[in-house]
Amino acid sequence: MLDLLWIIPALPLAGFMALLLFGGRLGGRTPAAIGCLSVGLAMVASFACAFDFILASPSRPGIERVLFPWFYAAGLAPSFGFYLDGLSLLMIVVITFVGFLIHLYSVDFMAGEEGYSRFFAYMNLFVGSMLILVLADNFLLLYLGWEGVGLCSYLLIGFWYRDPANGRAAVKAFVVTRVGDASLLIGLFLIALSLGTLDIQEAAARSGLLWPRGSAAAVAAALLLLGGAVGKSAQLPLQTWLPDAMAGPTPVSALIHAATMVTAGVYLIGRTHALFTLAPAVLSAVAAVGAATLLLASASALVQRDLKRILAYSTMSQIGYMFCALGVGAWSAAFFHFAIHAFFKALLFLAAGVVIKSLSNEHDIFKMGGLRKSLPSAFWAFLAGACSLSALPFVTAGFYSKDMILSALSASGGVGRWFWAAGLIGAFLTSLYAFRALFIVFSGPGRPWRQRAGFFMGVPLLALGVLSVGAGWLLQAGAGGPLTAGIFGSLPDGSAAGGAEGRLSSLAPPFLSVAGILAAGLLYLVLPRARRALAGRPVLSAVNGFFFSGWGFDRLYDLAFVRPFLWLARVDRADILDVPYRILALFAEAASRMLVLTQSGKVRLYVTAVALGAAVFLGLVVLL
Amino acid sequence: MRPPVSLEQAMMFAGILFLVGLVGVITRRNTIFVLLSLEIMLNAAGLAFVLAAARFRSAEGQVMFLFVLAVAAAEVSLGLALVLWLYHHKRTVDIDRARDMRG
Repeated sequence: MLDLLWIIPALPLAGFMALLLFGGRLGGRTPAAIGCLSVGLAMVASFACAFDFILASPSRPGIERVLFPWFYAAGLAPSFGFYLDGLSLLMIVVITFVGFLIHLYSVDFMAGEEGYSRFFAYMNLFVGSMLILVLADNFLLLYLGWEGVGLCSYLLIGFWYRDPANGRAAVKAFVVTRVGDASLLIGLFLIALSLGTLDIQEAAARSGLLWPRGSAAAVAAALLLLGGAVGKSAQLPLQTWLPDAMAGPTPVSALIHAATMVTAGVYLIGRTHALFTLAPAVLSAVAAVGAATLLLASASALVQRDLKRILAYSTMSQIGYMFCALGVGAWSAAFFHFAIHAFFKALLFLAAGVVIKSLSNEHDIFKMGGLRKSLPSAFWAFLAGACSLSALPFVTAGFYSKDMILSALSASGGVGRWFWAAGLIGAFLTSLYAFRALFIVFSGPGRPWRQRAGFFMGVPLLALGVLSVGAGWLLQAGAGGPLTAGIFGSLPDGSAAGGAEGRLSSLAPPFLSVAGILAAGLLYLVLPRARRALAGRPVLSAVNGFFFSGWGFDRLYDLAFVRPFLWLARVDRADILDVPYRILALFAEAASRMLVLTQSGKVRLYVTAVALGAAVFLGLVVLL
Repeated sequence: MRPPVSLEQAMMFAGILFLVGLVGVITRRNTIFVLLSLEIMLNAAGLAFVLAAARFRSAEGQVMFLFVLAVAAAEVSLGLALVLWLYHHKRTVDIDRARDMRG
C-alpha cells in the first residue's frame, strides 16, 4: 500500500476532474456520490497506509516515493514525490476522515442548491490540494498544494456568488492570505538560494550543517516561513479574513477550520521544525503570536452574535494554542491538539449548520433559543463539541490535548510562564464563550416543532461526537505504544509524547474550564437580568463593541492599507508608469504604418525590391 | 586545344542574360512578356549551372539544369493560367492592374 501513496491525493483530484468535465450533465445525487466516493476511497487508502506504516516499523524516519521528476533548472530538481512520516500520516488520516464526513454531511445539506456539482468539485479539489500539501516531499510541491488550498478557499467562500458581500469576503480571504503566501514564497527563494535544494528533508539536514544556531540566515528563513503560516492559519496580524470567511456554506467552514486550510500553517512549522529550532528567537515569536491570538480571538468570540463567527474566533484561538505549543517546542502536543480540534471543530460547525439550516439561514444566536427539544441531534452534537472545546476534565478528548499544551507551556520556564498564563486565561474564556453559545441557542422555552437530522447529516455528527469525546482515551491507551510512536516519532520531542499525557500538570486548567462553564451558566441561565444590566454600562458596552469588531483590526487595516491604496489608484488613474510603454507603442504603430506603404500591390515594385535586396546582400557577402 | 570561349566570357554571358531577363520583368507591363523574361532568367541560371558542370567535370550541374527545366515548365503552365484568369476578370493583361492585395 505504501507504494501507492500517490493514490491518496490523486483520488480527490480525479473526482474533481470528473465533476468538472461531466458535473453539469449529471442530475440528482450523482455529483454527491462521485464527490463522497473519491474522498471516501482516499480515506480507505490512507487508513491502509497508516496500518502498513505503523505495523511495519513504528519508529522509522519516513518513506519517500518519487513519481516522476518535475523539471530541472538552476541546479534544482524538484519532483512529484511524496513523503510519508508520522506527521504527514496523522495529517492525511485526519484530513481524509474528517473531509469524508463533511462530504457526507453536504449530501443533504446542499441538496437542492444551485451548483450542487460545482460545490462537490471544489470540495474535492480542496481536499486534494491539502493532501498534496501535507504529502509533498519538496517545498515546491508543498507550495502547489498551498496555492491550491488558497484558490479553493476563495472559490468556496464565494460559493453563493450572487450576493456581492460573499464575493467581497472571498476576495478578502484571498488577498489577506496572499500576504502570507508572498512571505512564504520569498522564504522558499531564500532556502533554494542558500541551501541549494528544495527537498524538505535535505534542506533540514543542510540547514543544520550550514547555518549556526541563531544565525541571520536561519532567522530570516524561519521568519518568512512563519509569515506564510500566520497568513494561512489566521493568526495575528493576518487573522482578519477568517471571521468573514463564514460567508461560505457551513460545510465549507467546517472543512476550512477542521481539515484543510487553517491547519496548513501549523503543519508548515511542524514540517520545518529543524529550521525553526535553529532560530530560537523566531520560535519564541511563534509562541507569542499564538498567545496574543488566542487571547484576542477568545475575547472576540465572547461577544459575537453570529453563531458561525463565534466558532471562527474559537478556531483562531485554538490554532493560537497550537502555535504556542510549537513555539515552546511541544511539537507533538500541537499536533495532538490539531487532531482533536479537527474532530470537535468539525462537529461544532456541522451542528451549527443543522441549526442554521432548520431556522432558514438564521445566524444570530439571540434569535434562536429553545432548540434543545426541537433539534435533539444538533443539541447533543453541539454539547459534545462544546465540552471538548472547553476541555471539560477527564471526559473529553479536548482536555487531554489542551492539558498537554498547557503543561508544556508551564514547564518551558522563563518567558513561557507568560504564555502559560495566557493559555489559562484563554481556557477560562473558551469555556465561557462555548457555553454562552450553547445556552443561548438551545436553552429557554421550547419550540413547538421537532426535526430530525437526515441520515447523511446524522452519521457525521455521531462519528465526530464519539471521537471528540473519546479520542483522548484512545491516544491515552496507546501512549508509548506503536500508535503514538508511529505518529509522533518524526518530531523531535516524539519520545516524550507518551509520558506527558498520563499525568495532570496542575489543577489550574481543569478548574478554570469548569469555572468558565459555571460562569456561563450563571450569566446566561440563572441571572440573565443582572447580565443585561451590567452590559448596559457605557464602559462595558464600549469594550463589547471593541471586542465585537475583532479589536478593530479591520478598521485599522482599512485605514492603513486599503484606503491609501484606493487613494493611490484614484490619483494614478492615468498611470504614470505606463507613459514610456505608451510611447513605445506609438512608435511601433507609426513604423507599421510606414511599412504598410510598401505593400502597394505592384508586382514589378516587389521584384525590384527583391532584386535590389539580393544585390545588396550578395555585395556584402563578396565584400566582407 | 584551346576552348572556343573561356569560362569567364561564358559566365559574363550568363550574367548579362540574367540581367536582361530581370530588366524585362521589372519594366514590362504585359504579363506575357513578364513571363517570357522570367523564362530568360531561368535559362541564364541554367546556363551558369551547365558551365560550372563543365568546369568541375561533374554531372551534377547538368542534372540541376534538368530540374530547372522541369520547374520552368511548371511555372509556365501556372503563369499562363494566371494570365488567363487575369484577362477573364480584368479584361487586360497589364500586370499593374492586378493589385487587389495592396496593403
